[in-house]
Amino acid sequence: MSARIPLTLPDPERDHISGSADGLIRLLEYGDYECPFCAEVQPIVKEIQRRLGDDLLFGFRNFPLTNIHPHSEHAAEAAEAAGTQKNFWGMHETLFENQGALDDDDLAEYAAGLGLDETRLIREVTASVYAPRVREDFKSGVRGGVNGTPTFFINGERYDGPLDLKHLLSALTFQST
Amino acid sequence: MSTTTTNPSHRSVLSPGTQAPDFTLRCTPDQSVSLSELRGRPVVLAFYPADWSPVCGDQMALYNETLDEFQAFQAELVGISVDGAWCHDAFAKHNKLHFPLLADFEPKGAVARAYGVYDEKDGTCERALFVIDSDGIIHWSYVSPTGVNPGANGILSALEDLRTKSETTAAAK
Repeated sequence: MSARIPLTLPDPERDHISGSADGLIRLLEYGDYECPFCAEVQPIVKEIQRRLGDDLLFGFRNFPLTNIHPHSEHAAEAAEAAGTQKNFWGMHETLFENQGALDDDDLAEYAAGLGLDETRLIREVTASVYAPRVREDFKSGVRGGVNGTPTFFINGERYDGPLDLKHLLSALTFQST
Repeated sequence: MSTTTTNPSHRSVLSPGTQAPDFTLRCTPDQSVSLSELRGRPVVLAFYPADWSPVCGDQMALYNETLDEFQAFQAELVGISVDGAWCHDAFAKHNKLHFPLLADFEPKGAVARAYGVYDEKDGTCERALFVIDSDGIIHWSYVSPTGVNPGANGILSALEDLRTKSETTAAAK
């Protein structure tokens, strides 16, 4: 694994980021598209992004638990493939919103719905083009102290508190002051 | 109920440098494994309180995904709890685990006691990790609060450290 990846901070050079690269509050999530807790927290993350605006730099890395979540690996690779077609976040949201339907056929349908080249996306997923990238995310998480999903790091520190808006928001704003 | 202190100290946890006590435990309903059989490569013992409890599931599920990383150090991982072999069997199948779960079942918790990580109050193993070197000596140990999944980073750091140490020793010879 590349030792250059910051394990607990979003890296604008490498990661899928949202918000402002200059944001002083840096939030990194390690997640799994088939994990129910990750799907539950997704609207909370969106609300945090809405409230903190440009103060926030948000990054997402894949942490699929592929044995208990058999669709999680292809879902992660589909998001990466969508990222190559410049719509990582569109696919990211679609996958969490449709967590119960993550077969390859579903992935193709979501790609088409987002106006992406679905044939290319499925070809890349089937050929495991993004598997090394997903594994690199996973390994950085393991070495950073991720112990389940979702795991959040706020300005590099693992957040172990409750996953509700109030607690997350107060941890984020406390960290930044 | 046991009358042991409600705040168990970890004074009795076997520390680095100690010979790891050998044991023979069932890994399936009709097969057993001994620690001494695993000599020659690093062994990771992951004691955990119980099959099926959510945090345990996460911890074992996480280790299941990090087996490649452990194998890069030629390390053998085993999970240990006081659950019986049939329970382990169902739990392992449910979570598609690709490493053995050992049953510290009869006499209950004997191996956990030998390692100093038996929780008398709850009658379960504590959530404790041991990395044992290829000569059977404990290289690293860690006891996590029962409700906290300790993750895999500590294990991987210990295995890295062990490899560095053995390379240094080899170079000095």
